[in-house]
Amino acid sequence: MAIKDYIRERFFPHLWCPGCGHGIVMNGMLHAIEKLGMSRNEIVMVSGIGCSSRISCYVDFHTLHTIHGRALAFATGVKLGLPELNVIVPMGDGDALAIGGNHFIHAARRNIDITAIVMNNRVYGMTGGQFSPLSGYGTKATTAPYKNIDHDFDIAQLAMAAGASFVARTTAYHVKQMTDIIRKAILHEGFSVVEILTQCPTYFGRKNKLGDAAEMMEWFKDFTTPIGSKAKKENDDLIERGIFVQKEIPEYCEEYDKIIEHAMKGS
Amino acid sequence: MAKPKLKEHRINREWCKGCGICVHFCPKSVLELDEMDKVVAARPEDCICCKLCELRCPDLAIEIITAEKE
Ligand code: SF4
Ligand code: SF4
Ligand code: SF4
Repeated sequence: MAIKDYIRERFFPHLWCPGCGHGIVMNGMLHAIEKLGMSRNEIVMVSGIGCSSRISCYVDFHTLHTIHGRALAFATGVKLGLPELNVIVPMGDGDALAIGGNHFIHAARRNIDITAIVMNNRVYGMTGGQFSPLSGYGTKATTAPYKNIDHDFDIAQLAMAAGASFVARTTAYHVKQMTDIIRKAILHEGFSVVEILTQCPTYFGRKNKLGDAAEMMEWFKDFTTPIGSKAKKENDDLIERGIFVQKEIPEYCEEYDKIIEHAMKGS
Repeated sequence: MAKPKLKEHRINREWCKGCGICVHFCPKSVLELDEMDKVVAARPEDCICCKLCELRCPDLAIEIITAEKE
């Protein structure tokens, strides 16, 4: 199928600002799904609230647009009910890790076969540029006009510590790597977390004087490096990208089926 | 494998928002924004069909059509 066959063309042009990284993530995800040769009916996309969560409006899969931070809870229900479907949950950094932080760590702990794509643009875009838990110390936001004094956390490390069996990071600049990682994450049987650094030129970019969308993408190119690279050893400030973890551990729906089977046998 | 041959840059002017990402990152400087801030293939003869513009467009507004494809 062509990329265009996976979208709801009637809602285009989409509402994201010019140069918004979320569109690039949607583009990369569609290319990954096209490579997998999946049909629209095999995929369920469940999202919460935020600019990134709007992806579920534009793709022509089974889609559920739910409430802020709770997309993973809804997705867990869908997956347990219909485990043969592929469930993808696109989230923003605030949706995933502030409002939905608890759902995030527990979905990871259970290792349910869901692909969580966390679009990290370090800001709440939809509501006007408030700082998010990923903005980072010293950045500016509409709610931190002097500077933000909150520290951020590392999404990949958090996901690994919580037990996710597939954890990766890439950026909106590295589109080929993005497509490849999303493809692998969808194929992985277990909870997969793909963090994608994306640009919000309208708020994070403007408030922090980072230039236009292309300049923000240049930053992703210059300040990230493959996991374990020589450059990382020389400059610890570089952000690593690639697959951090990919391991086989019992998947939640399969384990649940075993319990049902066991219970049906009687004791 | 034969090198893909460019047939056309299929540009959707209704969807293009003139963000300039494709123009900025094209390795061969093929693309430009016109006076309406819509992308145009100014030097199509230089295009190497790498499709990076197509992959990086946030608006799905540019597609590289090669001779083999159709
Ligand atoms: S506000 Fe930021 S995140 Fe939201 S659509 Fe605009 S650029 Fe994208
Ligand atoms: S990347 Fe897409 S939206 Fe941006 S200028 Fe190019 S074709 Fe237009
Ligand atoms: S396919 Fe590559 S060379 Fe051709 S216009 Fe797009 S980015 Fe430039």
